[in-house]
Amino acid sequence: MTATETTDTTLRTVTLNVNGQTIRQEVESRTLLAYALRDAGLKGTHVGCDTSSCGCCVVLLDGDTPAKSCTMFAVQAEGHQITTVEGLGSPGDLHPLQQAFWDQHGLQCGYCTPGMLMTAKAMLEHNPDPTDQEVREFLSGNLCRCTGYNNIVKAVQQAARVMRDEAQAQALAGMVPSTAEGGAQ
Amino acid sequence: MFPAAFDYIRAHSAEEALAALAQHGAEARILAGGQSLIPAMRLRLARPAVLVDLGGVKDLGYLHEEGGELRVGAMTRDVTLERDANVRARYSLLTDTGAVVADPVVRCLGTVVGSLCHSDPSGDWGAAALAARAVMVARSASGERLIPIDEFLVDSFQTSLEEGELAVEVRFPTPDGRTHGSYQKIERKVGDYATAAAAVQITLGEDGRVTHAGVALTAAGPRPVRVDAAEKLLLGQLLTEDVIRAASEEARAASDPFADTRGSVEYKKDMARVLVARGLRASAARLGTGVTA
Ligand SMILES: Cc1cc2nc3c(=O)[nH]c(=O)nc-3n(C[C@H](O)[C@H](O)[C@H](O)COP(=O)(O)OP(=O)(O)OC[C@H]3O[C@@H](n4cnc5c(N)ncnc54)[C@H](O)[C@@H]3O)c2cc1C
Ligand code: FES
Ligand code: FES
Repeated sequence: MTATETTDTTLRTVTLNVNGQTIRQEVESRTLLAYALRDAGLKGTHVGCDTSSCGCCVVLLDGDTPAKSCTMFAVQAEGHQITTVEGLGSPGDLHPLQQAFWDQHGLQCGYCTPGMLMTAKAMLEHNPDPTDQEVREFLSGNLCRCTGYNNIVKAVQQAARVMRDEAQAQALAGMVPSTAEGGAQ
Repeated sequence: MFPAAFDYIRAHSAEEALAALAQHGAEARILAGGQSLIPAMRLRLARPAVLVDLGGVKDLGYLHEEGGELRVGAMTRDVTLERDANVRARYSLLTDTGAVVADPVVRCLGTVVGSLCHSDPSGDWGAAALAARAVMVARSASGERLIPIDEFLVDSFQTSLEEGELAVEVRFPTPDGRTHGSYQKIERKVGDYATAAAAVQITLGEDGRVTHAGVALTAAGPRPVRVDAAEKLLLGQLLTEDVIRAASEEARAASDPFADTRGSVEYKKDMARVLVARGLRASAARLGTGVTA
């Protein structure tokens, strides 16, 4: 065992803000965020490939940045607001993306689904009215072994429509300022 | 697999990062977006004893034009370039390149400077930076120095950064109205490294003749390959089909790839030729010469 192997085997405490809750956890510097989240009981974040390729482990940083949590250390995540699939919606109150994946059969085994949902959420933050091609491109770092992707694209498009309608309804109700950008048609 | 253990230092400024590098010397490595370093650590190809994280150095995440250059800070993510309207409108080579580096999720964390520092001969930013004549800015305790990208990219996974130096910025000359470029890549699937790729940037004079040419190849040698012969051949010429063909033959000759699952040596060399020709046609089309891409 080399000198590098033995440094920092001590645990340190990280304070993570996950889905609006504060989680304090003992980790090593080398603990990857995906494992820290799962150790905290948030099993919705899946580890598929562990080589940064499949996107099953995607979480959001600060609401709109998707990150492969197998390619980030838990210590790096301190100071960021993290959203996992558990923070998207709940069984009684599904997020439009979750509802759309249900309606459009956007999953089969469901292993890739949390990552798909989080990546799609990040895309819709920046591009609320994507073309099918744009959806395919943005989700290209998320692999699915089962669906053939078509229903995933349909689901994201359904969610995008629902979310645009919701934004417009809110703008009309005066709940948010009705700017040209804010009230997407 | 978990990486080997290391000590983690979060820097809040470039100065703090430099101090940590000075203290830990060769033991320390910079962590930027982590999209190359963390996979390498997981495979234990890299096992730094100390990681100095730039994630908290907010003032290195910038993108602006100054002094005739686009200045891209060390913590500017690929996605920031991709979404910037000015870059999209005027820096066609960079826009093309940014769209094919890894996949969109990786690009949300990966940085341009980090990719150049990684100096992977299969990395897309290397050839683009060569064709665009980029300059790296390295900072150390004794000040800053400018390093032309040609001198910066030394070998596979090796740059001319010295111990204790931090790359703080990469600068791309601002294209004038008569400059355009293109990045052409063949990959097996989205998000894969290039089987072959070519970066081209061209400036035309009033008379439609080439006044500046940058031509470089990805995955065609131990470091990104600048095709000097093609650049020389293009100078002073009109971008005719004959000239394009002759320049692209030089790319074929300069390409020195190795065979792997992505293709044979002959195939990759020929693709270097094809991609340079496509890049030249695309640049010419963008310059409005009447050539179609
Ligand atoms: C699934 C996947 C697919 C990929 N496909 C591609 C692809 O097609 N094309 C491509 O080009 N790349 C690809 N990559 C690699 C990756 O996109 C880039 O290499 C990455 O963006 C590097 O930037 P980073 O900020 O993440 O660097 P990091 O991983 O943080 O650092 C990379 C190296 O540079 C050093 N470094 C970083 N910043 C500095 C600095 N400021 N000063 C000194 N040293 C520094 C680090 O110490 C480290 O050695 C892929 C990666 C993944 C995970
Ligand atoms: S487990 Fe993170 S990308 Fe596959
Ligand atoms: S639904 Fe099975 S992997 Fe996507």
